Amino acid sequence: MSKPQKQIHLAAHFPGVNNTTVWSDPRAGSHIDFGSFTHFARTAERAKFDFLFLAEGLRLREHAGEIYDLDVVGRPDTFTVLAALAAVTEHLGLTGTINSTFNEPYEVARQFASLDHLTEGRAAWNVVTSWDAFTGENFRRGGFLPQEERYTRAAEFLATAHELFDSWRGDEILADPATGTFLGDAKAGAFVHSGRHFDIQGRFNVPRSPQGRPVIFQAGDSDEGREFAASDADAIFSRYATLEEGQAFYADVKRRLARYGRRPEQLKILPAATFALGDTDAEAEELAREVRRQQVSGATALRHLEFVWNRDLSAYDPDGPLPDIDPLVSDGHIAEGRAQVRMYRDPLATAREWRERAAAHGWSIRDLVINTGNRQNFVGSPETIARSIDALVQADAADGFILVPHLTPGGLDAFADRVVPLLQERGVFRTEYEGPTLRHHLGLEHPDGSGAARAA
Amino acid sequence: MSSAPSAPLHLAVALDGTGWHPASWREPASRPRELFTARYWAGLVTEAERGLLDLVTIEDGLGLQSSHFLEPDDRTDQVRGRLDAVLTAARVAPLTRHIGLVPTAVVTHTEPFHLSKAIATLDHVSSGRAGVRVQITARPHEAAHFGRRTIEPIDAYDSPAAQDLVTDLFDEAADYTEVLRRLWDSWEDGAEIRDAATGRFIDRDRLHPIDFEGRRFSVRGPSITPRPPQGQPVVTALGHQTVPYRLIARQADIGYVTAHDPGQARAIVAEIRAEQEAAGRAGEPLHVFGDVVVFLDETERAARDRLSRLDTAAGSPYESDAPVFTGTPAQLADLLQELQAAGLSGFRLRPAVLGHDLPALTRGLVPELQHRGAFRRAYEADTLRGLLGFARPANRYATTAA
Repeated sequence: MSKPQKQIHLAAHFPGVNNTTVWSDPRAGSHIDFGSFTHFARTAERAKFDFLFLAEGLRLREHAGEIYDLDVVGRPDTFTVLAALAAVTEHLGLTGTINSTFNEPYEVARQFASLDHLTEGRAAWNVVTSWDAFTGENFRRGGFLPQEERYTRAAEFLATAHELFDSWRGDEILADPATGTFLGDAKAGAFVHSGRHFDIQGRFNVPRSPQGRPVIFQAGDSDEGREFAASDADAIFSRYATLEEGQAFYADVKRRLARYGRRPEQLKILPAATFALGDTDAEAEELAREVRRQQVSGATALRHLEFVWNRDLSAYDPDGPLPDIDPLVSDGHIAEGRAQVRMYRDPLATAREWRERAAAHGWSIRDLVINTGNRQNFVGSPETIARSIDALVQADAADGFILVPHLTPGGLDAFADRVVPLLQERGVFRTEYEGPTLRHHLGLEHPDGSGAARAA
Repeated sequence: MSSAPSAPLHLAVALDGTGWHPASWREPASRPRELFTARYWAGLVTEAERGLLDLVTIEDGLGLQSSHFLEPDDRTDQVRGRLDAVLTAARVAPLTRHIGLVPTAVVTHTEPFHLSKAIATLDHVSSGRAGVRVQITARPHEAAHFGRRTIEPIDAYDSPAAQDLVTDLFDEAADYTEVLRRLWDSWEDGAEIRDAATGRFIDRDRLHPIDFEGRRFSVRGPSITPRPPQGQPVVTALGHQTVPYRLIARQADIGYVTAHDPGQARAIVAEIRAEQEAAGRAGEPLHVFGDVVVFLDETERAARDRLSRLDTAAGSPYESDAPVFTGTPAQLADLLQELQAAGLSGFRLRPAVLGHDLPALTRGLVPELQHRGAFRRAYEADTLRGLLGFARPANRYATTAA
């Protein structure tokens, strides 16, 4: 008997603060104006995507002590944009990254419960953690958290938020004018939490929201991060959008679920993926090369090399050979507030490998960065891209993808118009939303113990 | 009958649950089961906009409502539970075009960096209509929701311990508001240059650390969110005595006060102006709005009857910090103009029953004031600052010529 076709989940990441985003293109619009968010969200909804995703930053990135100025800088507040987007969409899930280190559970739980009410059940929370004093300088809390406590605090934060969400059952509001009873339970919202990171008690003041709890996403890739996702998350953002790496990650994370009494379908694995779409495969290849050159200017290439070398390389010519000096290994780092820094755990080995590759191919600094950095995950005609996405999902390399277009806000338009219909023709992607809430889109159960379809 | 005053009168409406009377949810015009839906709030704000009001405020709090000021109660006969006011304001922003949106934010337990970018973003999503009402909480049980600090219970508001606590919390609120304002200025206008020739997206010389060092916290900056359309969203605060008047005088664009008669209004305005001068802000625009709870009907008798019917349902006579008005649109217009002549520049009206008194304001009071030449007949500006007669402020950090 042949395996039934898996249904693909698709989401869209609003292009912003990363070196994927091409801002110099004449078609690039504002990443702050609400009109950009509206256009992007409506395109995602027109294409029946599961959700839109917004990242978060809590301090502007710096390089050699100065604000990094080559990529998009600045973004609006996640919660506020998502609440406003609820007014211009009807079905699209609205997912935001919110840091658990520089917030308190009561505050975040009430914001997410409010967002879930205001979106009629479309809210999701990508729980991230931070420990660095650099970001902490913007907060009362400061940079207090030892790195090894990141996930213990995050896990307790999330558990506490769930206690708050669950402090209302959902049937307390009677609002019966005849009897004068507004609240059916004098203790609605009562909670006590006593733990290592939080010791709080009282009454939660937002009644139970349509999804019971927002959908929980997690994005870490370390062993602790994978374990946290397996125990607590509904979906995980991964970096592995290729067949072998994707399958290995998928198998590893899904295997961990059993430990927590969970079934594989209770956690969706959604890698972030970029794409270059053309009329033909050859045209798409050409576009991909062009976009890559726009993403990596000479100045960007030098700065990228500085992440690894951890020293000032401004005297080098980006069109010349790689430096023959070694990276500086020290506690301080030239780039602060950037996720990429963590990708190069052994800078000496990386530098050696890059020098060898550049020499072998005759690459300049810029060529090297162009050829080693993020390439577009899906390159081709609409047919090619639809086939590749479907193949990866059917082969259990992912449950779907979070697409990261390189243009704001129109970067999703062609994908919506040309690739989505092909996936629908293949019978692997919805033509209509199955239900009103994000839990319905993702096929997740309602936390009150019934299938998502129940709430329809 | 008062003659038309020279300055235009400003009108705000304070939205809270089903209205300010605790039994308001039991009235036929109320929709208490819809309180936690976007549709409900959109309906209220669009009604206020139909009446050409300057702004709405949206009440909030970090604890469940209570009939005691400083302690929780276990009552089940009043509205309990509320949605986050900033998110509610953002949710209705795209559905409105002119009216100012002023959510309440509690500053005692939250992070100024988060609130600064949230209000800046509300200004971006509403194209320049955002404000915020900063509020402190001295409630020990709300501190217990956060577990970061302990607030000792106070018995009487006028005790020295209570005064010390309140002064401390308001000083912290002043620091907090200073951080909000500095972060809004931390990006100069035009900092986003998109200079393809040099590959620079921003001019980093036009972004500024704020380096705030206060007694309770420090914040480095700059903001992650570019300067909002109004430059500075409108900061508001409610005050009942000298300590909060000082916050209003130092940091606010609008102060809400609870003057019960023209004499009191004159005295409060004089005190706020004196504090303003002491704070070095003399002459800077600062509105003082009077708060009034409103029961509005076609006859005075009907309004009084409604109040007593609601009091009977509630089980006790209604009490408020603000004056409680019962009467007709013409009588309310008289009262407002009388208080305006005593120095108030506008009013924040608190509808006793939103489903009844809000439309009574927009369809009764507003035409009455228009008829007297005392209120706008169309929105004259696109931003909240514009409606309030405020200029767009210069950026305190600007080093480059505009």
